[in-house]
Amino acid sequence: MSSARLLVIGWLFQLKMQWRDPFTGIFAVLYPMFFATVAFLMFRVHGGATSLLYAALGAGVMGIWACVSTTSGSAMQRERWHGTLEVLVASPSPFALILLPVTVAMSTIGLYCMVATLLWGRLAFGINFSVVHWGAFVAAVPATVVSIGCLGFLLAVTFVRYRTAWALGNMLEYPVWLICGFLVPLALLPGWVQPVSWVLAPTWGMNAIRQSALGGTPWPDLALCVGLGALYIAVGVLVLDRALAAARARASLSLT
Amino acid sequence: MTSLRIFFLGGLTSFRALFGWVSPWIYIPTLVIGPLFQILLFAYIGRTTGIASDKFFVIGNALQYASIPCLFAMTNTVAGERQENTLAYILVSPAGRIPIFLGRALPVVVNGAFVAALALVLGGLVLGVHVAAGALAPLAFVILVTAYSCTGFGLISAGLGLRIRETAVLANVIFGVLLIFTGANVPLDTLPNWMSTISGWLPITHGIEAARRVADGASLADVSGLVAKEAALGTAFAVLGYGLIRLMERQARRRASIEVA
Repeated sequence: MSSARLLVIGWLFQLKMQWRDPFTGIFAVLYPMFFATVAFLMFRVHGGATSLLYAALGAGVMGIWACVSTTSGSAMQRERWHGTLEVLVASPSPFALILLPVTVAMSTIGLYCMVATLLWGRLAFGINFSVVHWGAFVAAVPATVVSIGCLGFLLAVTFVRYRTAWALGNMLEYPVWLICGFLVPLALLPGWVQPVSWVLAPTWGMNAIRQSALGGTPWPDLALCVGLGALYIAVGVLVLDRALAAARARASLSLT
Repeated sequence: MTSLRIFFLGGLTSFRALFGWVSPWIYIPTLVIGPLFQILLFAYIGRTTGIASDKFFVIGNALQYASIPCLFAMTNTVAGERQENTLAYILVSPAGRIPIFLGRALPVVVNGAFVAALALVLGGLVLGVHVAAGALAPLAFVILVTAYSCTGFGLISAGLGLRIRETAVLANVIFGVLLIFTGANVPLDTLPNWMSTISGWLPITHGIEAARRVADGASLADVSGLVAKEAALGTAFAVLGYGLIRLMERQARRRASIEVA
């Protein structure tokens, strides 16, 4: 019960705090819109209504990942800069429960970006937003948001030893956009890329959102998305425990 | 002589202090891998939509990505001084403003051109885009002029950065505008008229068009008009940017707001 409370309060606190930061609160929403606009301009050259909706949904989920990738890279570093990392690690609460809400809060801000992208598509490009399976769509969007936040959590703990983790987080923005099939069908990518796509929850989240909106069978994709998100948390907790133990042993928590 | 020393040594020192770019942990992810994946992303979207060849996207995005080092570096070499609390010392010094501020632009131009050229090579290798050997030298020149133009635009951003606190947001917004308007990914003739009109007044647009023509076999003389436009725009941006920096400096002195924006 106390863990659930910590997660919810942490999420709400991070959401409020990050929303007030101009870089994340305004820019994180605006930046993916530039890419969405380019995508709309490209897809509309030869595309019909369906391909534009395909692009709009993909561009929307791109926004969620854009919000998370940079933040996840710098989540630990930010605490280090603020001088709060040692205090948080030394607190009786598991550090994972403190870190996870950071990335999930950013993916929640990404949800705003997704809505803004769909609205921008409607208003500026006349893209009709229609959904075939509303029930699945309503389930798929938050599941994708949370699973992307979980992926961000895994990255945050993986990058814990790198002082310039924000650069690594930035670097992963484009690759995930590409290999998770947000705007490009996976079949177009080289064969060796596809297994990489399969272990990324956003791939399945994107599939679930598209299949629920355009018609198809979204539930298996949704289950894989949620399952992978849970797996990221489990692996992330293990990695975090080892990283923190090593940092304590070497007294390098604030120095890496 | 002192001005020349400030121009070259001051500019180089300022650039070396930027971002910790001497660290490969930042330079490689941001300025080597980043542009490569931007090229791949748009090349594959291009394959999906069928609007242009891989070569179109490799050249367009390689040159457009020069805006990242040019805009960010130029903005931070000036506005970043405020964050480090060194701006007041620079502005109170008797050194000429032209060598101080424009000297900082020189290494930025060289680095921007290097980043674009490397992206072009890497993107071309990964996607199998072939450019004739004879086109390489003119292509390098076009890239250099494009980086110059973009750095001029960066000076405007630097001037605004003396007033606006969120310089990273500002530089990223300009990057996004350039991504849409310069024809890096969307052929200019498919853009609405008002957009293609704006494109002609932005940096990089003419450079991309010139580079694409050179890669298709045109000589430097054939694209001299485009290159001249790009260079002229760059010079106009640089003059405007320098004027803006001086204006902001005067306002900051009058309002005692140098350190607070």
